[in-house]
Amino acid sequence: MAGAFSRILSARRSVGILSLVGAGSLTAGYLLARERRVGAAANVRRLYPASAEYPDLRKHNNCMASHLTPAVYARLCDKATPNGFTLDQAIQTGVDNPGHPFIKTVGMVAGDEESYEVFADLFDPVIKERHNGYDSRSMTHPTDLDASKIRSGVFDERYVLSSRVRTGRSIRGLSLPPACTRAERREVERVVVDALGGLRGELTGRYYSLTQMTEQEQQQLIDDHFLFDKPVSPLLTCAGMARDWPDARGIWHNNQKTFLIWINEEDHTRVISMEKGGNMKRVFERFCKGLKEVEKLIVEKGWEFMWNEHLGYVLTCPSNLGTGLRAGVHIKLPLMSKDPRFPKILDNLRLQKRGTGGVDTAAVGSTFDISNLDRLGQSEVQLVQTVIDGVNYLIECEKRLEKGQDIRVPPPISQFK
Amino acid sequence: MPFGNTHNQLKMNYSAEQEFPDLSKHNNHMAKVLTPDMYAGLRDKQTPSGFTLDDVIQTGVDNPGHPFIMTVGCVAGDEETYDVFKDLLDPVIEDRHGGYKPTDKHKTDLNSDNLQGGDDLDPNYVLSSRVRTGRSIRGFCLPPHCSRGERRGIENLSIEALSSLDGDLKGKYYALRNMTDEEQQQLIDDHFLFDKPVSPLLLASGMARDWPDARGIWHNDNKTFLVWVNEEDHLRVISMQKGGNMREVFTRFCEGLTKIEGLFKEKGHEFMWNEHLGYVLTCPSNLGTGLRAGVHVKLPNLSKHESFGEVLKRLRLQKRGTGGVDTAAVGGVFDISNADRLGFSEVELVQMVVDGVQLLVDMEKRLEGGQSISDLMPEQK
Repeated sequence: MAGAFSRILSARRSVGILSLVGAGSLTAGYLLARERRVGAAANVRRLYPASAEYPDLRKHNNCMASHLTPAVYARLCDKATPNGFTLDQAIQTGVDNPGHPFIKTVGMVAGDEESYEVFADLFDPVIKERHNGYDSRSMTHPTDLDASKIRSGVFDERYVLSSRVRTGRSIRGLSLPPACTRAERREVERVVVDALGGLRGELTGRYYSLTQMTEQEQQQLIDDHFLFDKPVSPLLTCAGMARDWPDARGIWHNNQKTFLIWINEEDHTRVISMEKGGNMKRVFERFCKGLKEVEKLIVEKGWEFMWNEHLGYVLTCPSNLGTGLRAGVHIKLPLMSKDPRFPKILDNLRLQKRGTGGVDTAAVGSTFDISNLDRLGQSEVQLVQTVIDGVNYLIECEKRLEKGQDIRVPPPISQFK
Repeated sequence: MPFGNTHNQLKMNYSAEQEFPDLSKHNNHMAKVLTPDMYAGLRDKQTPSGFTLDDVIQTGVDNPGHPFIMTVGCVAGDEETYDVFKDLLDPVIEDRHGGYKPTDKHKTDLNSDNLQGGDDLDPNYVLSSRVRTGRSIRGFCLPPHCSRGERRGIENLSIEALSSLDGDLKGKYYALRNMTDEEQQQLIDDHFLFDKPVSPLLLASGMARDWPDARGIWHNDNKTFLVWVNEEDHLRVISMQKGGNMREVFTRFCEGLTKIEGLFKEKGHEFMWNEHLGYVLTCPSNLGTGLRAGVHVKLPNLSKHESFGEVLKRLRLQKRGTGGVDTAAVGGVFDISNADRLGFSEVELVQMVVDGVQLLVDMEKRLEGGQSISDLMPEQK
């Protein structure tokens, strides 16, 4: 007994060692992008065998727990990305949070772009489960931000109170929120705020840093429902995304308050286009225009977004891969919501309901947040069209129920068009 | 918390200035001590198990302050942390522990015979008495840093040692993971069950990872001696009972601790201890004795008196609500305990509590009778 432990006492655990992603200078972003080695994995030495470290997932119900077998764990537990992100770090949130009352959570996060490659043995099956069979090895993801393709898209405002489209974007070469150092996070802020300063016309706006905002500014942002708080959801805090709060976090929005960007919350950036009422088409037009403008501005400075043809836009949570897009409305459906066929109808329309407080809330009264279920395998245009068609259908159903007529459960629409 | 690239060498690609945390709104011991120069000098260091400066300070960066107490704002990931990062931790320890110098020696005294009195605190006022401390098992990483394998190793060793206790100390272990609903309810009713930490001070340091894996509670059949496994420290050892017989509580405490230490030694393990810091625990505030001896005591009149704070200060006592460190008092009932941990022995600290609480109760009785307490005002200890 003493022998085993003195071995352990004298062992030295070395933390993963990494490639240096370009020394010092951060003003030229291209250095970071070009010199990064993709796929190279450092090794992490352990004191205990994998079997002693394997998490107890017997009471767990999330995608990570469904796919992390002892064999997969043993194969991956000694690996690290070039930046030093490890498997244990990736899965910590799923170990700490066995399940969620409303949705089957993913249970793992990426610390950097390379995580998806180094830990592919676990990410791939998780992605497949979460994204309805999408095979990231063989399939390609279509990106389409041409808003002119949208048909219809202006809803009846007796039902639809507001329309919103959001996505996220990550800056290639910088680690993601679970892993980033303070300097990296500040660099994300600098790069993005710099780019946003170049927006013009209806997109002209300003940045409010969380650390420097005045009381008045804070109150205004709260009143506008723009201010994001330090995350309280354990899904996020257990993944380390709230470290150093509120350092390098902030909110940018245009003067009209219809285009909004969150910096360094759950992703490097969350981009949101929204307005009261039912003009989803205009919301999406602004969304696409804004995204393209921002991309152009960062590229001018030598940066780019994390993107590849299999996973689309790369974000922190595997659930947001592909488009990272959630297009939704706040809609009043008092009769539909009481109809027992409501969940099935939503399901067949590839829609999801949430409370109007966001993902961790339940609906209040009969006003729902209705949005697309899917993120990966279909383009932005396809997903927004799906939401538009689905919401129109729900409104039709509500009107029929109002008149005492019956409604029909539509056939399921196909995925991966 | 061993998260993020501050836990490895990636951060060295950025200058110390770029990485230095913004502590401008902070009020904790770490923030008061950590200068940019100190940060630059320490940030490329790590302990043999890989704990870095950023790991040490993460909780203090994430938690600028606390409404009731001046928090420490840093934690240790292993025994070596206190050595590798002494440039930061020595001044923090000095500030927190009343001027304790890096050259000072700490005295350990767990002989309860050395305590005078303490068996007759008035139970009409003193509702319960309790002594707690912590112990760390040498060779293992501490809760902010330990892996699942290590934490389970600590649990196994603890169960083995505790299962050998007999007589008044004979008891049973309840793993948090396997507890039945009935067992859980009983432990809640006994006020023994500890929850997954909710305090951001603890969460930010990574102590709650993998909850409730390898966490559990052991207690003796008489429900007067209790050990928490893998909560904020490897072991938290608690002796408690209703009423005012602190002497009995402390005697059981010393006997139990000594026995447990002996049992660990038989298996080739010792507790983390050295002659400068005494018992080594996760939070620098618990170094030395790690001991908090306290009572729940009714002081409705005294607590409203303008001198209450000053009296406590002079007696080297601290008040808390009866819900623990992050709570306020309810209904005039306070948790009164020693403010010090390091630089005084266990016997000395319990003596201060016994003598101090005796005085507080005397003052309360005076005030009840409408009399003055000015002649009872103590000297500064």
